[in-house]
Amino acid sequence: MSCDCCGKKEKALEKLMKLEPKKTTELVAFIDSLPLGNDIDANRGCLIETLHRAQTIFGYLPAEVQQLVSERLKITRSEIYGVISFYSYFTDKPIGRHKINVCCGTACFVKGATRIVDEFKSKLGIKEGETTPDKKFFLGVLRCVGACSLAPVVMVDDHVYGKVTPEMVSTILADYQD
Amino acid sequence: MNHYRTQILLCAGGACISSGCESVRDALLREIKANGLESEIEVITTGCMGMCEIGPMMVVSPEGIFYQKVKPEDMADVVREHLVKGCVVERLLYKRADNDELLRFMEDIPFFKLQKKIVLRNCGKINPEKIEEYIAVGGYEALGKALTSMTPEQVIEEVLTSGLRGRGGAGFPTGLKWKFTAKESADQKYVLCNADEGDPGAFMDRSQLEGDPHSIIEAMAIAGYAIGASKGYVYVRAEYPLAIQRLSNALDQARAKGLLGENIFNSDFSFDLQIRMGAGAFVCGEETALMRSIEGYRGEPRPKPPFPAQKGLFEKPTVLNNVETYANIPYIIMHGGAEFAKIGSGKSTGTKVFALAGHVNNSGLVEVPMGITLREIVYDIGGGIRGGKDFKAVQIGGPSGGCIPKEYLDTPVTYETLPTLGAIMGSGGLIVMNEDACMVDVARYFMDFIQDESCGKCTPCRIGTKIMLDLLNKITHGEGTEQDLEQLEFLAGQIGKSALCGLGQTAPNPVLSTLRYFRHEYVEHIKDKHCRSKVCRSMLRYTIDAAACKGCGLCKKACPADAISGERKAPHSIAADKCIRCGACMEACPFTAIEVK
Repeated sequence: MSCDCCGKKEKALEKLMKLEPKKTTELVAFIDSLPLGNDIDANRGCLIETLHRAQTIFGYLPAEVQQLVSERLKITRSEIYGVISFYSYFTDKPIGRHKINVCCGTACFVKGATRIVDEFKSKLGIKEGETTPDKKFFLGVLRCVGACSLAPVVMVDDHVYGKVTPEMVSTILADYQD
Repeated sequence: MNHYRTQILLCAGGACISSGCESVRDALLREIKANGLESEIEVITTGCMGMCEIGPMMVVSPEGIFYQKVKPEDMADVVREHLVKGCVVERLLYKRADNDELLRFMEDIPFFKLQKKIVLRNCGKINPEKIEEYIAVGGYEALGKALTSMTPEQVIEEVLTSGLRGRGGAGFPTGLKWKFTAKESADQKYVLCNADEGDPGAFMDRSQLEGDPHSIIEAMAIAGYAIGASKGYVYVRAEYPLAIQRLSNALDQARAKGLLGENIFNSDFSFDLQIRMGAGAFVCGEETALMRSIEGYRGEPRPKPPFPAQKGLFEKPTVLNNVETYANIPYIIMHGGAEFAKIGSGKSTGTKVFALAGHVNNSGLVEVPMGITLREIVYDIGGGIRGGKDFKAVQIGGPSGGCIPKEYLDTPVTYETLPTLGAIMGSGGLIVMNEDACMVDVARYFMDFIQDESCGKCTPCRIGTKIMLDLLNKITHGEGTEQDLEQLEFLAGQIGKSALCGLGQTAPNPVLSTLRYFRHEYVEHIKDKHCRSKVCRSMLRYTIDAAACKGCGLCKKACPADAISGERKAPHSIAADKCIRCGACMEACPFTAIEVK
């Protein structure tokens, strides 16, 4: 199978297999399970799903992964990058092992989410959208996790902490000593 | 099949999971086993019961005793006292805030008493992960009735008669949408469900999908039959993993039972559904953007016409409705459109689900008949303002809506009345704000949201909202001028008229409505450099009351900016030019000698 945009033959796959054999095999198996064909419009319908899966597997979407998805779905790299940069869920930069997301939805906002963000920033010494130098924590803000009754809310990975106070920030961080 | 003498319904809505309902369930099952009651007591985990504030909660049926704020360690008492001896565990009952009366039943609690449940009819009553439970409460009967005894035209007629309008916010009559799409002839049509609940502060659709996913599948199949579509997609936000999991489980079960797939109910009608996940883009709640996203493109909206009824997903005729809209459909088919139209007020028929949150005592999910007043929602159901503070405004309709002040609390909530107040029905986010909320900052918050979420396709939204945000930032930093207000109003008008899609056209609403009711707060920020709610930090002045200061030096130690000076045991002072207004001194002072103005 060749890539439409540059004609290189499955180079991305070889490269990825060397770097991350287990993760790559998992992604390839997922892509193989999709109903892909020569109809690019139909393949495109599977793109966002594929990127979601790839990001779950790799933690982010490095250039090699984008290239592999491009080759398999027959969609150009530029278009794939356009999709990645459009949706805030996707990232092409490696992020920390634990994703801290402070909810800044309206309910959390009126109940002091800004103070929670500030506390995380000062405890971790990073800004929103950044990862700590030890690659342990990523700090982000979310628009609403839909747990407004528990505002303000913090989500670490898949766990939701409700009615968070600035004092709770250290205890939350202490839950993730690996 | 086992017959149990008692069933315990345990809320496993998103909020109760966060409050620890899973460990409560484990403890409960352990205690039941320890007492040898496994064959007598069944534990059912349900979707959201609504009053998320007091979760985790449970109902012991058939008596219907309602326990709240339950913890794993309470389960020994629930089993030994209630299930074995038959004595209610009083300390877990709900206590009325006003007179300390203990209420045993859910129906007696004002929060539940004033609600009317059509959309949420099964939420909190059945296990959303078992199709048998949905069928047992009459689920899929409406689909059966439509397929076996009604023509597609009759289905549409019934929906038209019901007066049901789109619950996503705009309020377009659902029956008309279906009628337009049914009229088109095409080799393929699509039924879509918008579950991209992006409005910050709203969780109705999440609770519906988590608590009663089959109701949406059933309704979408009915819509498919009405318009002649055999395929559909549910577009769910990626932020709702539990909703996606429960919906996908429900789809598998429906397929296994033949309620999705070929020749449903032995009719000629075939229909199947797929889930598509969003990826964090608010604009994808707009119908044309949502369709682009399902197709796998960047989710940018396009001009209308052509409308989705003519050219929608993959250029084919498409019906798109919101989760809550669909949830009404089985009820309408079973009870008739006329019966549904009796609920509500005037042209706003039926009920509306609101996500009540903010500075209110009872936050949670509520379903009320249209035409109820805001006062009833905030005070009678919501239990008033938390901590005895004063009510300031209620924000309704999210980033496209507006803030309604005290004077209009007695306004009935309908599609017609809210726009006259500068707000909209919206999808159902209802945020109550007390005197601590700065309305200029609230306007800035929404503009910041919109600016961040603007897709950038059209100039008015991309650049206009940026300029509006800059102006609002200027005002909240104490650098605003009166011309800024004029410019805000001018831009608001221009953007409203010229933006491409609903997101941009309604983006100025929060600013316009706060300017309409709280202009004095804007003026205070500009002229007096004063924020009455003490939210806008750059306007705060920290001072030390010399009489109260004992000169302990704790504030000096706490100050990260070295702005505090003073000798030990003598009154200290704060240098205003160095102060970064972080409030650390105030927290450190044991004598409350530090004041903020």
